[in-house]
Amino acid sequence: MMATSYNAKDEDGHITVSGPGGGTLRSRKPENTAFKQQRLPAWQPILTAGTVLPAFFIIGLIFIPIGIGLYVTSNNIREFEVDYTGVDVSSPCFNCSQNYSWNSSRPCTCTIPFYLEQPYEGNVYMYYGLSNFYQNHRRYVKSRDDSQLHGDMDSLLTPSKECEPYAFHDKKPIAPCGAIANSMFNDTLELFYNDPNGTKVLVPLANTGIAWFTDKYVKFKNPGGDGANLTAVFQGTSKPVNWLKPVYELDKNSSNNGFINEDFIVWMRTAALPTFRKLYRTIKDAKVIPTLPSGNYTLEVVYNYPVRSFEGRKRMILSTISWMGGKNPFLGIAYVTVGSVCFFLGVVLLVIHHKCGNRNNSADISN
Amino acid sequence: MGMDFSTLRTLISRYCVGEENWVDSRTIYIGHKEPPSGTEAFIQQRYPDNRIVSSKYTFWNFIPKNMFEQFRRIANFYFLIIFLIQLIIDTPTSPITSGLPLFFVITVTAIKQGYEDWLRHKADNSVNQCPVHVVQHGKVVRKQSRKLRVGDVVSVKEDETFPCDLILLSTSREDGTCFVTTASLDGESSHKTYYAVQDTRAYNTEKEVDSIHATIECEQPQPDLYKFVGRINIYMDNEPVARPLGSENLLLRGATLKNTEYIYAVAIYTGMETKMALNYQSKSQKRSAVEKSMNAYLVVYLCILIGKSIINTIMKYAWQADTNRDEPWYNHRTVSERERHILIRAFTDFLAFMVLFNYIIPVSMYVTVEMQKFLGSYFIMWDDEMFDEELGERAVVNTSDLNEELGQVEYVFTDKTGTLTENNMEFIECCVDGHVYVPNIICNGQVMTGAGMDMIDTSPGPGAREHEELFFRALCLCHTVQVKEEETVDGIKQGIHQGKSTSFYISSSPDEVALVEGMKRLGFTFLRLKDSHMEILNREDEIERFELLEVLTFDSVRRRMSVIVRSSTGELYLFCKGADSSIFPRVISGKVEQIKARVEHNAVEGLRTLCVAYRPLSPEQYQEVCDLLNGAKLALQDRDRQLAEAYDLIEKDLILLGATAVEDRLQDKAADTIESLHKAGMKVWVLTGDKMETAAATCYASKLFRRNTQILELTTKRTEEQSLHDVLFDLSRTVLRQHGGMTRDTFSSLSGDCTDYGLIIDGATLSAVMRPAQEDSNSGNYKEIFLEICRNCSAVLCCRMAPLQKAQIVKLIKASKEHPITLAIGDGANDVSMILEAHVGIGIMGKEGRQAVRNSDYAIPKFKHLKKMLLVHGHYYYIRISELVQYFFYKNVCFIFPQFLYQFFCGFSQQPLYDTAYLTLYNISFTSLPILLYSLIEQHINMDILKKDPSLYRDIAKNSLLRWRNFIYWTVLGVYDAVVMFFGAYFLFDNTTFTSNGQLMTTNTQMMFGNWTFGTLVFTVLVFTVTFKLALDTHYWTWINHFIIWGSLIFFVIFSLLWGGIIWPFLNYQRMYYVFMQMLSSGPAWLSIILLITASLVPDVVKKVIWRALWPTTTERIQRVRDKREFERALAYHSSDSLLDDVAVTET
Repeated sequence: MMATSYNAKDEDGHITVSGPGGGTLRSRKPENTAFKQQRLPAWQPILTAGTVLPAFFIIGLIFIPIGIGLYVTSNNIREFEVDYTGVDVSSPCFNCSQNYSWNSSRPCTCTIPFYLEQPYEGNVYMYYGLSNFYQNHRRYVKSRDDSQLHGDMDSLLTPSKECEPYAFHDKKPIAPCGAIANSMFNDTLELFYNDPNGTKVLVPLANTGIAWFTDKYVKFKNPGGDGANLTAVFQGTSKPVNWLKPVYELDKNSSNNGFINEDFIVWMRTAALPTFRKLYRTIKDAKVIPTLPSGNYTLEVVYNYPVRSFEGRKRMILSTISWMGGKNPFLGIAYVTVGSVCFFLGVVLLVIHHKCGNRNNSADISN
Repeated sequence: MGMDFSTLRTLISRYCVGEENWVDSRTIYIGHKEPPSGTEAFIQQRYPDNRIVSSKYTFWNFIPKNMFEQFRRIANFYFLIIFLIQLIIDTPTSPITSGLPLFFVITVTAIKQGYEDWLRHKADNSVNQCPVHVVQHGKVVRKQSRKLRVGDVVSVKEDETFPCDLILLSTSREDGTCFVTTASLDGESSHKTYYAVQDTRAYNTEKEVDSIHATIECEQPQPDLYKFVGRINIYMDNEPVARPLGSENLLLRGATLKNTEYIYAVAIYTGMETKMALNYQSKSQKRSAVEKSMNAYLVVYLCILIGKSIINTIMKYAWQADTNRDEPWYNHRTVSERERHILIRAFTDFLAFMVLFNYIIPVSMYVTVEMQKFLGSYFIMWDDEMFDEELGERAVVNTSDLNEELGQVEYVFTDKTGTLTENNMEFIECCVDGHVYVPNIICNGQVMTGAGMDMIDTSPGPGAREHEELFFRALCLCHTVQVKEEETVDGIKQGIHQGKSTSFYISSSPDEVALVEGMKRLGFTFLRLKDSHMEILNREDEIERFELLEVLTFDSVRRRMSVIVRSSTGELYLFCKGADSSIFPRVISGKVEQIKARVEHNAVEGLRTLCVAYRPLSPEQYQEVCDLLNGAKLALQDRDRQLAEAYDLIEKDLILLGATAVEDRLQDKAADTIESLHKAGMKVWVLTGDKMETAAATCYASKLFRRNTQILELTTKRTEEQSLHDVLFDLSRTVLRQHGGMTRDTFSSLSGDCTDYGLIIDGATLSAVMRPAQEDSNSGNYKEIFLEICRNCSAVLCCRMAPLQKAQIVKLIKASKEHPITLAIGDGANDVSMILEAHVGIGIMGKEGRQAVRNSDYAIPKFKHLKKMLLVHGHYYYIRISELVQYFFYKNVCFIFPQFLYQFFCGFSQQPLYDTAYLTLYNISFTSLPILLYSLIEQHINMDILKKDPSLYRDIAKNSLLRWRNFIYWTVLGVYDAVVMFFGAYFLFDNTTFTSNGQLMTTNTQMMFGNWTFGTLVFTVLVFTVTFKLALDTHYWTWINHFIIWGSLIFFVIFSLLWGGIIWPFLNYQRMYYVFMQMLSSGPAWLSIILLITASLVPDVVKKVIWRALWPTTTERIQRVRDKREFERALAYHSSDSLLDDVAVTET
């Protein structure tokens, strides 16, 4: 429009005005680089039925055999589980589970007979399993002092606040402090093989080699170094309230005593879910082959650990392992399922690809 | 922000002065000399000093003020609250997890703002301390700029910047003019002429200036750079003389003096009251549609968050009603906890759950979105194709907040002149009394021939000859063109003007230049304006001199301008030129019919026509005119209105002389651009002040109207015959009948077999339509009917529009019930209002100054660049940001939902599933870069295809990628993935002995995994799934994508190895020690990671593939076509006719 005013304006002002017009003109021009012009060379894949089809078939073809393999492997693993909580009146441990007190001087023992139908070969592992035990409760999980467990002397005497209310007892610091340590599993399980000829043979159980290597040798350390006299080191501390023995009497073997006791370390690794099992012993240096022949066995339990107050259950599990760990049908089934679904989808896509692909192509051509 | 404060400050300072002292105008004593007694007593006001404070903070208030401002942002405030909750109560995650990111964001912002403010301080200081020259007692004194006060007389030398707003008193040039560039104010780099006050321009030494005894009355400061009214009272011989002051006398702070040795001027507005300071005010914030959806999603997620927390809290208390669950013997509370009241406990639990799930609303999203917008806008500036060689300008981004809105435009409102057309006028012909004159040399007037005209009609008689010459003279005199001589141009020789002409014309209106140049070719050359005398070289090479008495300037309401001149023989004339509609009603004689016919003929051709008329004035009449004008000019209030009334009285009883026709060529590729916009589903409206016929011709030329377009007219001409009511109903019936039959299928209307409608409406009718309903009840729905008609028209032309009406139209459409996204594009000051009103305002760097550019959100050199701006950049930004938003919510659902599920298995104890480091770094580093990069460089379709096929733009119309349907899909997908990941890991851990394979390969022992391994397994699957999901969505894999995507996964692995590899001395827990490595040493972990990732990704892939196959969008079809082309090329290349699997092709 004719916006006429006194503001006279140069027709092509930007050239005439002030100084090196040409120079500024050049610099205003954007650089012509592939990046700035968004023209970087690129691979431009599109997910179409055609492209995805083979991938689905391949996934199917790979997953199904893997799944079958896993399933078979898992099925070959022998596993035996016995519940010794003593809920039923008929259960041998019923009495023990009834009259419970932490500080009873006389331990309650019960024996559970069981029968293994198949022989267990190779390394056999013994677990204890707890149910309805919330090791993953937040208040519980954090109730520990890692620096105390790492052998720090200061933390030994002044445990972290996180350990409350299991940090001090009778004004003495608790070692190891915290709810986790305090509630350490303290049943003793012993396994006997009832020889057909009538003798009861104690199955040798190894209580080492059950914790993570790094836990045992790095993360957990006794205070005062390796060779120290644990009794002296833990002087002035109190044992956890629920424990029968102080920490320096967990084992006679000094390399498995104190904080580096493997039962203790295993317990300290809090389980992910309220139903869990933890490795208790291994049976490997057995002279006999198979490790556990089929036959009658007796499990002798020193029943200390109360679970009935929270409707918990205690189990003992015997298991062999394979390259993929323990018995685990889920992974195999899941692999087979996902593999078959993929394969099936592949077929569906193939149909779609053939029916609609052609239709679309003709539409495209008309475009 | 700072703007708010500056206005606040002025407000405060005003109120400090006192309510009673607050007046509409201010009085300034030049040189602080009191006016002679007896004059009206003025209220002395206090003015601020000349200190400019552009900085926001001082050293002392920086931290509190900056913190306050940052936490006013709702997101920051939310995270602050979360952080405080974590500090106060016992929460599952340490305060670091949310404190660290927040601290990071806040610190970075604070550093950036602090640095910027420091720069501002430095700039302020250098400005405030720079020396200025003040005339005191007849001598020039140096002062610091900040000490300048209102009323000081300032001396400014060439190339210096004005220290405050000044009224020009005198200059070194004899005619009392000076040249100024306002490049730093409004970007206009051209020289503008300013005028000294008539009565003081002779006072051009220090002594003389000091002797001026005068006061200035003027309005209080206001931000409009181009408006100023004031009055100077000069007391010479104690006889006050009042002179009007206008914006032509006002030198603005920030402008620079050019081509003038020195000036003297008096300070009237100082410091924060200068127009420049008042213009710091930022424009109102525009928010994009995407941002609105994002906020809506946020609210949904906030509800989800609170819902989850409430559910969990209730479940918790239901579950732990049994004390053996609440506090089993192995897990006692501390005494203090036990004693706490149950309600407080419940509330703390609720807050703790909030904290646990707060990551669902990620801090990093805001940062990422801001970064994406800021960095992304560089691609617009860098675009080579939007660079204009001729202007040497490239696209400018004034706000990066609206990038994605460019992909959502539904209505385009465009100006005509300078936007659709070049605004490069060329004189085509003139018509005097029905005789048509055409200059024979059409090229740009380089060669001048005296006899250069063809007479198409019969040679005019002697009487007509007189008219003819008067017509030529009128055109030579009635304008505001200036002659620029070469030596004033900084001595730079210009190649273009090397010929005979040593001078050229400049004007802010290209029409005028074209007319004056056209006259030159017809034998009448305007030489110059000197001492109020205009000199014309006539056909006989004689110089004629006319005294220029008054200029009645052009304005867009009156649409005409006039000059009053006195010829050398003493006759007085008023020459008037203007739009035909504004001239014809005022004409009393002349060959109206012939000229009208010619004007209409020219208008249909698309030429811009102007009519010229004159009125001889008797000395008495002239005196009357002078009185009228002076009265109006001296008014301080309502001066504009009074002037308009005066002009209206003066410009009457005209005698019509003739008409001119000027061609304004269409811009390069304007038609192509409009066609593309149409195909892209946008409705294009042309809003112009031009007359209907001209505008319609331009519309046909620019393919806005096609040959088969049925034109509906809603003009004054029709409403004169029928009532507006009937016309509207008629039109709506026509339109609806057609469209009622067929559904609103966009594709069928595209195919062209149905007639599409074009509407022409003019300003007068529009205001009738828009008039609020009062008289009868029917008029209330005029607007609705009008909108209904418009909705069914593919193109609308609004002609004869006033600037404000343009904004009104935009507002009307914006407020209609579909709330369409509007875009306004224009180049001139008259488009500013609509540019500000529309959702997206685009300025064209045209010939009518930089105002449009300054007020726009984006500026482009030419109209044709709009195509790439919308179809390519807009489309990309929309795709990118919508994926960014959806993906962010998706990945956080995936992240947090497993934690929610885990609560059901840990006794609702708020136990976090993941380690603190993972919680903190998930959004900051593990998954942030890939999506940022995606949102910067993703191209789902090639640029060239987007440009070639505008219909693709319809695919993303109406915010289609951020509809609730999509949002729900993404959320459901996130929940599904979370469920797969969580329960996958759950079953692995639950019913079996999921174990690690041993002590670093030494023995084959089974080791148990704990809760942290569980979390780490889920987290690993999560990071990979979420990253792969993005990889599957990426259609454009450059090396950077590969680097970032695989790099961030590798970073995650390396970080995890490191994090678990060392006993970190500064941590009070070592729960992650060796967890990741133990997990990786277990075969089942690997297998399950692979399985879960696959299972998570499959549904999305299947959905995509099936949708693509069964219900492909246009985009997807085009992608296929591209695919097929490559495929065919590959076929041809291999010269094999066997049908290859196209997989092989696409994967190469």
